[in-house]
Amino acid sequence: MSAQPDLLYSEDEEALRAAVRDLLNDHCDAAGVIARAETDAPHDRELWKLLADGMGLAGLLVPEEQGGQGATHREVAVVLEELGRSVAPVPFLTSAVVATEALLAGDAGDLLADLASGRRIGALAVALNVSAGSAYKVVRFEDGALHGELTGIADAAVADVLLVPADDGGLYAVDASAATVTPQVSLDLTRPLAKVTLDGAPGRLLGDAEPAVRRALRAGAGLLASEQLGLAEWTLTETVRYLKERKQFNRPVGGFQALKHRLAQLWLEVVNLRAAARNAADQLATGGADADLAVAVAQAFAAPVAVHAAEEALQLHGGIGMTWEHPVHLCLKRAKADSIAYGTAGAHRAALAELVDLQAP
Amino acid sequence: MTDAADLRRRTAELLAAYPPATTDRLDFLRARFDAGLAWVHYPEGLGGLGAPRSLQVVVDADLEAEGAPGNDPRRIGIGLGMAAPTILAYGTEEQKRRYLRPLWTGEEVWCQLFSEPGAGSDLAALGTRAVREGDDWVVNGQKVWTSSAHIARWAILIARTDPDVPKHRGITYFICDMTDPGIEVRPLRQVTGEAEFNEVFITDVRIPDTRRLGAVGDGWKVAQTTLNNERVAIGGMRLPREGGMIGPVAKTWRERPELRTHDLHQRLLKLWVEAEAARLTAERLRQQLVAGQPGPEGAGMKLAFARLNQEISGLEVELRGEEGLLYDDWTMRRPELVDFVGRDAGYRYLRSKGNSIEGGTTEVLLNIVAERVLGLPGEPRTDKDVAWKDLAR
Repeated sequence: MSAQPDLLYSEDEEALRAAVRDLLNDHCDAAGVIARAETDAPHDRELWKLLADGMGLAGLLVPEEQGGQGATHREVAVVLEELGRSVAPVPFLTSAVVATEALLAGDAGDLLADLASGRRIGALAVALNVSAGSAYKVVRFEDGALHGELTGIADAAVADVLLVPADDGGLYAVDASAATVTPQVSLDLTRPLAKVTLDGAPGRLLGDAEPAVRRALRAGAGLLASEQLGLAEWTLTETVRYLKERKQFNRPVGGFQALKHRLAQLWLEVVNLRAAARNAADQLATGGADADLAVAVAQAFAAPVAVHAAEEALQLHGGIGMTWEHPVHLCLKRAKADSIAYGTAGAHRAALAELVDLQAP
Repeated sequence: MTDAADLRRRTAELLAAYPPATTDRLDFLRARFDAGLAWVHYPEGLGGLGAPRSLQVVVDADLEAEGAPGNDPRRIGIGLGMAAPTILAYGTEEQKRRYLRPLWTGEEVWCQLFSEPGAGSDLAALGTRAVREGDDWVVNGQKVWTSSAHIARWAILIARTDPDVPKHRGITYFICDMTDPGIEVRPLRQVTGEAEFNEVFITDVRIPDTRRLGAVGDGWKVAQTTLNNERVAIGGMRLPREGGMIGPVAKTWRERPELRTHDLHQRLLKLWVEAEAARLTAERLRQQLVAGQPGPEGAGMKLAFARLNQEISGLEVELRGEEGLLYDDWTMRRPELVDFVGRDAGYRYLRSKGNSIEGGTTEVLLNIVAERVLGLPGEPRTDKDVAWKDLAR
C-alpha cells in the first residue's frame, strides 16, 4: 500500500478557510443569492472579482511561473468547502478547477495566465453530467472553423472563453463572443447550464482533447466532493441550530429522540465524507497512485450524503423549509445537481469496480 | 521527564538482563513491569515511569523486534482496559500494589460485573444489593454478559448500597473475588451457538470493605472511569484497505464469479465505498490523535463499523447462495478469543448482530452523539429525583 494520505488540514489551509469564510460572510448572504438567482444574471461577478482579483483564488492550481499561486488541490478543496457552505454563485469549480486543469494538460500559454488572474473566465464545453473516461459530445471541425451545438455547459453564460472538443480529436479555445450561448432553465440556479452553438466559429488548437478532458473531469469530480462536504456541513449545522430554537409541544424539537437520531446519523455521514473528500484532495495534490480510486470513492460517497443532508434539512425545517425565502432550497438544488455533475455515484461505483477488481457479473 | 531515548536505553537494559530467548515468559513480563516498561504512563513502582502515554510505542517496537513475549491483550482486555485505569484512579496504595502487577502480566484475569438482566443501557438501575455487616459487605444478585467470568480471578463489581436515594447515588464499586463459593458462573449460549459470555449468580458473597474502590455511594462516578476507558481502544488503530469485514466478501466475489448477480454487485460496491470511507475516517482520527488534536469522530466510529459489519456479512450470506443456507458448526464452544473473520459467513452475520449492542447500543450512542457532539437537548429524566426502590421495574 502507498504512503498514508495526509487527511488533516494544515495551519495555512485553516487560515485560507478563515479568509474565504470572512469574505463570503460579508459579500454572499443567502438573501442576495436568492434575489440574484431570479434575474438574468445569476452569477455574482463582484464576488468573483473579490475572490479572483482580491485573493488570487482563480490561480491556485496554476504554477507561479505561469501567473498562478502554485498551490495544490488541498487548498482548492478548502476553498470549495467554503463556497459550498454559501452555495456561492461563482464559476470557481468550472473555471479555476475544471477549465484550468484542461489547460494545464496542454500548452495554453497566456490563456492559463488569464484564467489564473480571473480577468477571463473559462468553461470546458463538455456537459456537466459527464464523468472522466466516458464519452462526450464533440463539434465538427471543418475548413478551419467549428460547427455544432453543445448543451448542459455549466457556467457558459458567464464564460469569456470556451474550451471545445472537436471531431478531429483536438481541444479548441473559442472566444465566447464568437459563439451563441443560450441559457437553459436549470435545476441549480447558482450553477446554471447553457447551450453553446458554434456556426463557423474560429478556434485556437490547445492540444489533444481526450487527456485534457479526462484530467479536467477527474479533478472536477474529486474536488466537487469538498463542495458537497461544505454544503452538507452547513445544512447539518443550520438544522441543529434551528431544532434547538424551535419549540413544539412545550419542548425544543431537537430534544425528540427520533430527530436526534436522524441528526446524529447525518453527522456520522458528514464525518465520513470529510475523510473521503480530504483523501481525494490529497491524492490529487500529491499525484498519488491511488488518485483515480480516491476520486471514485469520494464522489460515490459524497453525492448521496450531500443530497441526504439537504433533504433532511428541508424536512426538519418543517413548513419554513419549503419556502422560497429560506436558503435550504438553494442547497437542495445544488446538492441534487452536484449528484449528477462529473458523473453520478453509480458511474463512479462502476469505475471503482474496475479499479479494485470487483467485476460485474 | 522520561523521553524516548531514556526509554530505549531502559528497554535495552531489560533485554540484556533478561534475554527473551532464554528467559521464562512470566519472568520476563514481571521484570518488564518492575522496570516500568509495562505501561510507561503509569507511576513508578506500578509498572510505569510517569512518561507520556504516546511513548509506549517506542518500547513496544523495540521489544517486538527482539522477540520479547507479549502480555496477550486479547485474554486480559477487561483487566487492562477497564479495571486497571479504575484501580489507578480510585484504588488505595495497597490495592494498586496488590492488583496491578498480576493484572498486567496476565497471571490474574479480570472480568466486569456491571450489566444485569434488568439493567443494560439503564445501567444505573442495577439491583444487585450490597449490605454492610461489620467490616464486610454481603452481596446478592445476578449479573449477565460477563466475558471471561469462567477464567477470571477477580471482578470489578458495582452494587446497590442504598436503595432509598435516586439510582445514581446509591451505588458502590467493589473488587470481587471470583473464587468465592457464593459465585456461580453459568455459560450463556448466544445466537452463534458459542458461549462467549456468562451469567453470574452472586449469593451471600462477603466482600471485605478493604476491597471497595472509592467512597460508599460514589460507585457511579467510579464506573464512569471504567466505561470511558472501554471505548478508547478504537482510536489508535490503523486499518489497511479491505482490512475489515469487507475483505472476506471481496475475496469471495473475486474468486467465485459464478455467484455474482447484478443486484449483489451494486450493493457490494456501495458497501465497499462506505467501508473505505469509514476506514479513512478512522485513519483521520488516528492522525488527529497523533497531532494532539483529538476530535469527536471517535464517538461515531463504533456506530459506523457495527452497521457495516452487519450489512456486509448479511450480503455475503446471500452471495453464497446454497452454501449460505449452511452453517459451519453449531457445537457450543467457549472461545477465549472471538474469531470474527476465520469462520464462515453465517457466523459473521450472526456475531455481528452483537456489534450494535455490546459496549453501548447504537440507540444509546446516537443519543450521546446528538447530545455531546451536536449539543441537542438531553432525554427527559423522569427518574432523576426518585428513590431507586420506588422506580418502575
